[in-house]
Amino acid sequence: MKIKTRMIRKLSMLSAGLFMVLTSSAQNKGLEIANKAEVADNGWKSYSNTLTMTLTNRNGQQTTRQMHGYFMEVKGDGDKSMTIFDTPADVKGTASMTYTHKVGDDDQWLYLPSIKRVKRISSSNKSGPFMGSEFAFEDLSSQEVEKFTYKYVGEGKANGFDSYMVERYPVSKSSGYKRNVVWFNKANYRPEKIEFYDRKNSLLKTLTFSGYKQYLSKFWRAHKMEMVNHQNGKETLLQFSKMEFGIALTDDDFSQNALKRAR
Amino acid sequence: MEFARWCVIALALPAAWAAGLSAAHAQDDDGLKTELRVQARSDVRYFVEPPVYEKQHQVYFSQLFQPELNMRWNGGKQLIQATGFIRLDAYDPERTHVDLRELYYQAVFSKWEFSLGFKKIFWGVTESNHLVDVINQSDGLEGFDLEQKLGQPMAHVSFAPSWGTVDLFMMPLFRQMRFPGENGRLRPPFLIDYDHTLYESDAAQKHIDWAARWSHSVGVFDIGLSHFYGTSRLPLFTTSDFVNFVPFYELMHQSGLDLQVSTGPMLWKTEAIYRESERKIIRAVVAGGEYTFSNLFRSGADLGLILEYTYDDRGAESINGLNDDIFVGLRLAVNDVQSTDFLGGFILDDTNGTLRYYAEASRRLDQSLKIGLEVAGFGFVDPSEFLYLIRKDTYVQLSLTGYF
Repeated sequence: MKIKTRMIRKLSMLSAGLFMVLTSSAQNKGLEIANKAEVADNGWKSYSNTLTMTLTNRNGQQTTRQMHGYFMEVKGDGDKSMTIFDTPADVKGTASMTYTHKVGDDDQWLYLPSIKRVKRISSSNKSGPFMGSEFAFEDLSSQEVEKFTYKYVGEGKANGFDSYMVERYPVSKSSGYKRNVVWFNKANYRPEKIEFYDRKNSLLKTLTFSGYKQYLSKFWRAHKMEMVNHQNGKETLLQFSKMEFGIALTDDDFSQNALKRAR
Repeated sequence: MEFARWCVIALALPAAWAAGLSAAHAQDDDGLKTELRVQARSDVRYFVEPPVYEKQHQVYFSQLFQPELNMRWNGGKQLIQATGFIRLDAYDPERTHVDLRELYYQAVFSKWEFSLGFKKIFWGVTESNHLVDVINQSDGLEGFDLEQKLGQPMAHVSFAPSWGTVDLFMMPLFRQMRFPGENGRLRPPFLIDYDHTLYESDAAQKHIDWAARWSHSVGVFDIGLSHFYGTSRLPLFTTSDFVNFVPFYELMHQSGLDLQVSTGPMLWKTEAIYRESERKIIRAVVAGGEYTFSNLFRSGADLGLILEYTYDDRGAESINGLNDDIFVGLRLAVNDVQSTDFLGGFILDDTNGTLRYYAEASRRLDQSLKIGLEVAGFGFVDPSEFLYLIRKDTYVQLSLTGYF
């Protein structure tokens, strides 16, 4: 009896050890893939885009929003970005400026043209919807490696491409997700698909990337991003009509003065 | 009316120029980009109580047009911005007014900006009281909260090195605050004689005002330090017969501090001023914060709670009545497709119990149409308050805004 218990204990210790080795290797491999994806997209320096967001509700009714923005890579930290809203008409000219950080909350300012006021806003709202869409703020902010922990789960196909499947867990407690599953294209590490699981670990949304184009013979950018919410039946489609790399941007283009005259 | 005529001419010139460019959204990649748009709004304002003074009404209709022109060239490094403001009030000819909110030329060099013309400048961080915001005169015809501002003629230089932003202002022309006329509500019982306005400065409204501000964002801090020297935007009133009141504008030095600390969902905010005139020294501070519960019950809605306290040692002389007052507010952003928003709250005077409240809600009806509802009113008002004069003017307003 004694021997048996000891054996079981030993066995269970062994299996626990094995499990730990396996998880840590799965974590390492997951992080490795996330790092490779980041390296693959390193050095884009600056770009601008114009996009249309189409919101579709359960009954198939559609509304659109248009916006444009410009982005600058910051060495050693997150990116800087400026987004200007073009439609609907009542928000035209409203602009938001974000300094993303690898660790901690981002810095975010909003410019309200009707009262000429720049407001520093709370960036801890990660899970809330962006402009009434199915995209949460955290889905659209720059996806720094440090914002998640990782676990490699296997291989699979997404959009017809062989992909690595990596689970990632948001570090921030204010995230709306327990976990995401990302399909990274094996050939170039661009994301093909992301599944978002809510805090109760049930499937909330699926994001599919398509219409990829390669810029400066390195950087892959999806021209279509389709988010389907499985729980409320709503969809949001982002279509990028114009993307331009290598535009001349400096820190001066991300100052509060620049925010006030952003058009 | 001289000024109004001038405004119309000044507005008509760039508009004619824009029309000459033959397209509202003419676009030429290297050259000039022009945008012209007009906001039109209809307001119906219902006063809960019958008129207090003769000639007043209970229901008011008014119309607002705000044409806006933006022209940029040289990759946006040079621009002209023009914004007109035309209010037509069905009953109150005084409130029917035209203003140039903006008409300026701006040149941008990497760290420098230079602008010349009519501009609107906002300073500050708090919600219930704007103590440090002194550049523009308030449009007293638009609301007793004095939130709407008139365009201020100025030369403005802004320099943004790594250690913040430095703004310098030279303002050659002062503009008077005006209040609703005899037929309007939300006005004092006496008549204001704008033709005999008195100024402390011998140069009257041509006194050159100066202002400087340094502002900076470091980590969680957004800080601003400012100083203004010139004619006070807030009038005092003098009278010899208690029927006609003459506005008096004194000269002042005002130093201001505004600070916001943004830590997660909590925003801490404070503004303080030290103001010196021949007559007296005034110290005032407003401090508080806003906490946001975001994505409330996973509905996507954001709920913000605002609490601010003002202390102002000018006491009852302070025109907005905030001297020892607590503001409790609630902000709700539903974050739906129609951008349904609500902001409401009340202000309670700790000394005399004066209570007033305010709420506004808005919702988009379609891509270019928005509906808004506003309520502003008074509970108990102590006779020592300036607001006592308009205590019977609680109103509900419905607005429809179209964008073209």
